[in-house]
Amino acid sequence: MDNLPWIFISALLVNNFVLTYFLGLCPFLGVSNSLETSARLGLATTFVMLVTAVCAWVLNTYVLIHAPYLRLICFIVVIASTVQFIEMLIKKLSPALFRAMGIFLPLITTNCAILGLAIFATNRGYGFVEGIVYALGAGIGFTLALVLLAGLREESELSNIPKLIQGTAMNLIIAGVLSMAFMGFAGLFSSS
Amino acid sequence: MKTNESYEEFVKGIWRDNPVFVQVLGMCPMLAVTNSAINAIAMGMASMFVLVGSSFLVSAFRHVIPKQVRISCFIIIIATFVTIADYTLLALVPKVHKELGAFIPLIVANCLILGRQEAFASRYPTKLAVMDALGMASGFMLALFSLGAVREILGDGALFGIRIFSENFEPWIVMILPPGGFLTLGVILLFFNWFKYKKDEFLADVAKAERGGG
Amino acid sequence: MSSDALKQVAAPSSLRLVLTLAIAGLVSGVAIIGIYESTLPTITANKARELREAVFKVLPGVSQMQALVYRDGSIMAVAEPEKDELVVYGGYDEQGDFVGYAMPGAGPGFQDTIAILYGYVPQQKQVVGMEVLESRETPGLGDKIYKDAEFVAEFSGLSVEPEIVAVKKGTSTQPNEVDAITGATISSKAIVRIINETHTAWTGQLPAPGSEPPFADAPADSGTGQ
Repeated sequence: MDNLPWIFISALLVNNFVLTYFLGLCPFLGVSNSLETSARLGLATTFVMLVTAVCAWVLNTYVLIHAPYLRLICFIVVIASTVQFIEMLIKKLSPALFRAMGIFLPLITTNCAILGLAIFATNRGYGFVEGIVYALGAGIGFTLALVLLAGLREESELSNIPKLIQGTAMNLIIAGVLSMAFMGFAGLFSSS
Repeated sequence: MKTNESYEEFVKGIWRDNPVFVQVLGMCPMLAVTNSAINAIAMGMASMFVLVGSSFLVSAFRHVIPKQVRISCFIIIIATFVTIADYTLLALVPKVHKELGAFIPLIVANCLILGRQEAFASRYPTKLAVMDALGMASGFMLALFSLGAVREILGDGALFGIRIFSENFEPWIVMILPPGGFLTLGVILLFFNWFKYKKDEFLADVAKAERGGG
Repeated sequence: MSSDALKQVAAPSSLRLVLTLAIAGLVSGVAIIGIYESTLPTITANKARELREAVFKVLPGVSQMQALVYRDGSIMAVAEPEKDELVVYGGYDEQGDFVGYAMPGAGPGFQDTIAILYGYVPQQKQVVGMEVLESRETPGLGDKIYKDAEFVAEFSGLSVEPEIVAVKKGTSTQPNEVDAITGATISSKAIVRIINETHTAWTGQLPAPGSEPPFADAPADSGTGQ
């Protein structure tokens, strides 16, 4: 049932975190004006997701059985700490990248996609390996959606767009069409 | 620090500074739980509970919480209220809780709530903070409901589960699916832009007339 | 410059920072534990009632149930299954006689995972009822697996030998064939596949017909009691 290829492809395409589950919309709508920034943000988010998935599993298995009501707070603490840690890491390893990413790094903390990942993985009872595969699929799917929208926005920069529709309205409508396109991935794993 | 009437604080959140249509915050729940009007309202009420409760506490303790750890404190307070809302909903209305699913705990990541604490509740007295929270939450609920109603009517032919159209109505299924959410909100924002554009035009005309006439 | 000096003086010590966080955490913890404990009875009762209703729905004639797990080579009744244990539910009538098993199963459907509960009577090797517990199938098409009463009725009196097969609508002739829903072939076949897979998984573990565990009048949670 929960075999690994299904988990991966489902999170990546069929039930894409952004286009099907509506998670991670703030960066999706706010950051996707530049292809390069989108790719970098997606990569950073994927890494945070991986770490979160592992920590969530550890917490669920050893700590939260005794105190399930502390789940939400623990997850948030983990996510905030991971983002803080990554910020310090990037600052040390590549100051140029750190400057380029600017404000977007701390914003990963409020990205509902990461908290959503932790909650979904918990609800579905994913184990260690399944959690990692799920995080990979979700992160890459998130990056994919971001990059697609960024590419489309960059393309449209030189076109004559009516003033009324510019801005978030246009992004949402493009996202709607993207979401419809991704609906075509349903049934990818059907066995006849 | 201008002190508005508390009534003004309440009203601004509903239209002028509407969290969804003007500030473009709280996008995730907006699209995810608005596939029916009742889900939208339930999410609106839960968010209102969390926002008002957190604003009250943050404002009450704003002189006590040190600046350096304020974000962490805000998040602890918000997460506590969300957990309370989560368990209360699960106990009282399990069906609604199942529909909203993971989006109840995700209220924590709603940038609207954290944003309000940082921008307003931590700087203003309790009464104003609560009015602001009520206004923002009402504006949020208004936005949620309008989207939810449109999507349910067009996508299901019903409102609150009550059939509106006759049997012959072919429901526009895409409305209750993810693309419908994106498209409907995009169109609503389009109307908002048009409205704002017209208003700016009108005001510019008035100013020009006054300059030319006076 | 003087305002800087003031700010320097007012900077809180690390102790104060830690103390604030600790107190906030403590109060928060108390509040959460409070709400958890006070809602726990209601939540547990709701869950149990939902399960009972689903079991009674898929096993007609049943008024009592208990959870059964496979441990140490045999089926036994338990009040509380372990966390990751596979469970089936034994259904018993008012006299405490065994009627059938309510078996939970899950698997990928068209859009996402579908979770079902189906009733199985080993004496006749038949499925007698099916209930969809969770699904995210396409509204108007795939969601007919629970909205279409005709499709659901196909699962009453369905033979599992050699295995259940979904066929084009209107062409089912054999007792082990199910009419798929037009326009929702994949969702229909998913249900059939889930039942077959669950059945295969439990085949070696279910006892021979006639020797099922008797209904234990356990005080914990079994059904309505006598």
